[in-house]
Amino acid sequence: MGGYIVKRLIYAVPVIVGLSVIVFGIMALIPGDPAQAILGAYATPENVARINRDLGLDRPLHEQYFIWAGNLLQGDFGRSFILNRPVLDEILERFSATIVLAGAALVLCSVLGILAGVVSAVRQFGWTDRVVTLFVLIGISTPAFWLGLLFILIFAVHWRVLPASGMYAVYGGGDLPDLLRHLILPAVTLAIVATGVIARLTRAAMLEVLRQDFVRTARAKGLPERAVIYRHAFKAALVSIIPVIGVQAGFVMGGAVYIETVFQWPGIGAMLVNAISTRDILLVQGGVLVIAVTYVLINLLADVVQAVLDPRLKS
Amino acid sequence: MSDAIVVTNLRKTFGGRRNILGSASHSVHAVKGVSFALRQGETLAIVGESGSGKSTIARMLVGLETPSSGTMEIDGQDAATLRARGSKAFGRTIQYVFQDPVASLNPRKTIDKILDVPLRLLRNYDGSTRAARKRELLDAVKMPKDTLERYPHEFSGGQAQRIAIARALAAEAKIMVLDEPVSALDVSVQAQVLLLLDELKSRFGLSYLFISHDLAVVESVSDRVAVMYLGEMVELDTAANLFAAPRHDYTRELIASAPRLNAASLQDP
Amino acid sequence: MTQALATTPQTVSTARLSSWSLLLNNRLAAAGLLVLAVIGLIALLAPWLPIPNPNATLPANRLQPVLSEGHLLGTDHLGRDILARLIWGTRVSIAVGLSATAIAALIGSVIGLVSGYARGVTDNILMRGIDMLMAFPYILLALAIVAVLGPGLLNALYAIAIVNIPFFARNVRGVTVGLASREFVDAARLSGKSHAAILFTEVLPNVLPVIVITMSTTVGWMILETAGLSFLGLGAQPPQSDLGSMLGEGRRLLFNAPHVSIIPGLMIFALVMSINLLGDGVRDVLDPRLRAGDLTRPQAVTRFDRRTQPPQPSGARDILEVESLETSFQRGRATVPAVRNISFTLGKGECFGLIGESGSGKSVTALSLLGLVASPPGIITGGTVRIEGEDVFSRSETGIRALRGAKVAYVFQDPLTTLHPLYRVGEQIAEAILAHKRIGKTEARARAIALMEKVGIRDANERVDAFPHEMSGGQRQRIGIAMALANDPDIIIADEPTTALDVTVQAKILDLLQDLRRERGLALLLITHDFGVVAQMCDRVAVMKDGEIVECGRTADVLRAPRHEYTRKLIACVPELGQGKAFLESVRPLFAEVKP
Repeated sequence: MGGYIVKRLIYAVPVIVGLSVIVFGIMALIPGDPAQAILGAYATPENVARINRDLGLDRPLHEQYFIWAGNLLQGDFGRSFILNRPVLDEILERFSATIVLAGAALVLCSVLGILAGVVSAVRQFGWTDRVVTLFVLIGISTPAFWLGLLFILIFAVHWRVLPASGMYAVYGGGDLPDLLRHLILPAVTLAIVATGVIARLTRAAMLEVLRQDFVRTARAKGLPERAVIYRHAFKAALVSIIPVIGVQAGFVMGGAVYIETVFQWPGIGAMLVNAISTRDILLVQGGVLVIAVTYVLINLLADVVQAVLDPRLKS
Repeated sequence: MSDAIVVTNLRKTFGGRRNILGSASHSVHAVKGVSFALRQGETLAIVGESGSGKSTIARMLVGLETPSSGTMEIDGQDAATLRARGSKAFGRTIQYVFQDPVASLNPRKTIDKILDVPLRLLRNYDGSTRAARKRELLDAVKMPKDTLERYPHEFSGGQAQRIAIARALAAEAKIMVLDEPVSALDVSVQAQVLLLLDELKSRFGLSYLFISHDLAVVESVSDRVAVMYLGEMVELDTAANLFAAPRHDYTRELIASAPRLNAASLQDP
Repeated sequence: MTQALATTPQTVSTARLSSWSLLLNNRLAAAGLLVLAVIGLIALLAPWLPIPNPNATLPANRLQPVLSEGHLLGTDHLGRDILARLIWGTRVSIAVGLSATAIAALIGSVIGLVSGYARGVTDNILMRGIDMLMAFPYILLALAIVAVLGPGLLNALYAIAIVNIPFFARNVRGVTVGLASREFVDAARLSGKSHAAILFTEVLPNVLPVIVITMSTTVGWMILETAGLSFLGLGAQPPQSDLGSMLGEGRRLLFNAPHVSIIPGLMIFALVMSINLLGDGVRDVLDPRLRAGDLTRPQAVTRFDRRTQPPQPSGARDILEVESLETSFQRGRATVPAVRNISFTLGKGECFGLIGESGSGKSVTALSLLGLVASPPGIITGGTVRIEGEDVFSRSETGIRALRGAKVAYVFQDPLTTLHPLYRVGEQIAEAILAHKRIGKTEARARAIALMEKVGIRDANERVDAFPHEMSGGQRQRIGIAMALANDPDIIIADEPTTALDVTVQAKILDLLQDLRRERGLALLLITHDFGVVAQMCDRVAVMKDGEIVECGRTADVLRAPRHEYTRKLIACVPELGQGKAFLESVRPLFAEVKP
């Protein structure tokens, strides 16, 4: 097992390097003077000169990349001139907020999605199945940002049971219950689409597995139906559900961009949207890279969990 | 007259390449230095169990796999030269009939389109000649004329195998590699296809390399038999000699393992 | 020989027609199509509809509520008519969604096709590139691309298209890899086709349904995501607007004029929902497995709907008696019998063979005995199966389960698919014991090891912890037999137990079964297509054809002097070692009459 994890980790290295090349390319592709683009309209000549010196913009592209990547490895993501602070500080501050939101949504959608999918498959064509199917369809057809607005209107404006925005109350907040109260609406909104996707794939995977020969063998052994479904069919289905959850982690972290904007959640997503409109390129670069690397690591975890479940993958 | 196929010291190894981490992937020696010849007009059978390398030999002979080493001479021409001249040169000299007839026909093409390809690309016939040839071919494999406008899924396994044989005949190659041509078929259909192959062979002067795992089938069609075991050819002899007096232990085990109809009468008190 | 030709010819046009009618039969898909058609039509006709100019501002008339005079859906913060803006915005959103889908489908499919067909280095390079795109969370990559290209509707379109290329590339590659290793591709190669010709004329037609399915399931996404970018202010820029940017502008007025943002959101929802409903319908029609109903959940026990039920006989009888058994399959609304009027008995310690060609119904018969035929579509429509005189089908579900694996055990054909791939073989044997006996886990494990030794697995102590994929085919089938022996059954039903095995392995497995039968007095029901196996194993045999038993008797008698024409022909068609070329001569007269 340990060997397998090491192997997966080694394979993740080129992916992360590739990511960094792409993210670096973003900066390189921007038309016009990069220093000007990075600094925006408020550029002073000495700042332009400093950027050029810092990033080695007078050198060939591949050298620039190595300088940039070297700086990253030392924790130097550059400096946001709009916010006037180091990019890394800003990202670290916001990263935890995004992780709380996306993590809560991921747990929510995995649990609900798998549950709904299994129940739906087991009671295929029954009313539970119909309700789940309808819910799934609505879930994957609804714009999450719009749903967020509706939730604010209903729960925050109309019923006034939950806060409309932010992560903590401005006055007297800051404790865990306060965080949870603020978390409910954005996390649920963020989880809905992914729940639909996971439920749908779980249902399909279960139905697929229930047709397999080894399920018939389990029945021929005289096992109770509960064991046939949960011990035999579900375990086999889980192998194909795990990678889907890994992919959904990406959807959830990406979707956080909308949700953080709608609920003014102080995470990386909202930061990115602001940074893009203010053309704060270094901040975009850093934010995208950090989220993408997180995503790669989550998928790595999903691979490892899958290999724990399925011994065939290790060999 | 030269032999139809001469194979000398043929080897095929799968895998074994080094990946970026420097560790060699697991390599499989599918064929380990095999030599044999298929004479003009004869049926040479290659028997063996799964993993013996018999299908790999067949696929190398028709150019679907490239040998790791060794030479193959097909109809007097070096296979490497044939390969250099492109797949058409191969197709005109040697043809192949697959084990699974249904899988060997594209489900989205009519039989007409399937038969048209070799006539057009390998024989360069014009439209009217192709139409006439298609009728002749279907006649040769005893399929009705309305076969042409149908799709593969409308045929049973035996019929599909006849169509596949017709396609192989269309190339007018004199050498045929038959890779388990009757294994996927029920016994009654199997006998009919064997009869058909026998008839076609004398009618068109073909040479057969007949790959099979079924000893009784092999004995009924072949002049000589080669036995493959784990990539090596352990025995090659005339059918009569090999079945009457097998020399290699594995051949003996193979023959002893085959279930026989007369077992019941032996059991009978 | 020509019987399959008797089926009605199916031309392309009728096949297409039936796809359409299938789609329309799906009520949800039809509803989706209807809604989508209405929305599409209105959007298409926008220039000719009697609606105000969507960009005409009239600040005095701002934020009119829904259903106000002259403005059916009210006005926005600049006094523009929301209905007009909605229709024009829908037009833009649909156009962008479709264009993005087309771009992604085209580029992605080409990458997938080439990658899946070429394999090797090309595949590696292309797929690593795709992996790289997929290593970014979905929307984040689109954001990054927009960050480079700058905000704008066209740039958002490109971003969404690029982000979706991996879905097409991966799906198409997956199918292409499968197709490229199929025999018909090799056959086309031997027919002289070039690789390019094979890829586009042989492989592509088979991949097309997958591309269509992927398109129909992603177009909704793409509309949602472009709307999302516009919502964030990164897509459509004023004065141009799509549904997303309308929603984005309305968001600022959420508290005092919610309708400005709710209405475009509803429209996006209606549009995407109808597309998804239709997409699901398209997928159901085009996916052959869904079409065949293969993805329905089988019940624990086959459904019983017996129209005939023979009376219970009195007196001591054989251990297994099958009388007038009929099992049918549902095909649409019709119920078609697969096996009919099956009657036979199996005595204690006896080996009874059921032989027949593919489609003769021998496996259905075997599975019917304990209600293991997948249902739907299977239904047991008649007859009875008695074990020690007691009707199996009169038992409850629990009652039947108590028989399975205890009194009657099964050995199936392909041990690779019939063993659970994720459990150790020992666990699977122990589970069979624990299903019927109340013993501890350690004891069950010890018994599993003993059983493995019994069926001739060396080093059972170590192999008990092996997974099925770590064993050879013959060893796996030994595990299958050990599992069947777990509860000392009286009857073993072996359904083609050696068909997937090599002949030398088959001989060993058959010997094992024979030894076990003698030693334990087992009754063995052996299903096979091989007369040689029957001759070697069975005391009595029944020959099946087209779902019925045509002949039944002592094996030696049936083989030596078959009474039925079919049996005679079948036996004559089996080549025998020692017959040599005489075999072909002996069967030639049998088929002499067959002429086209």
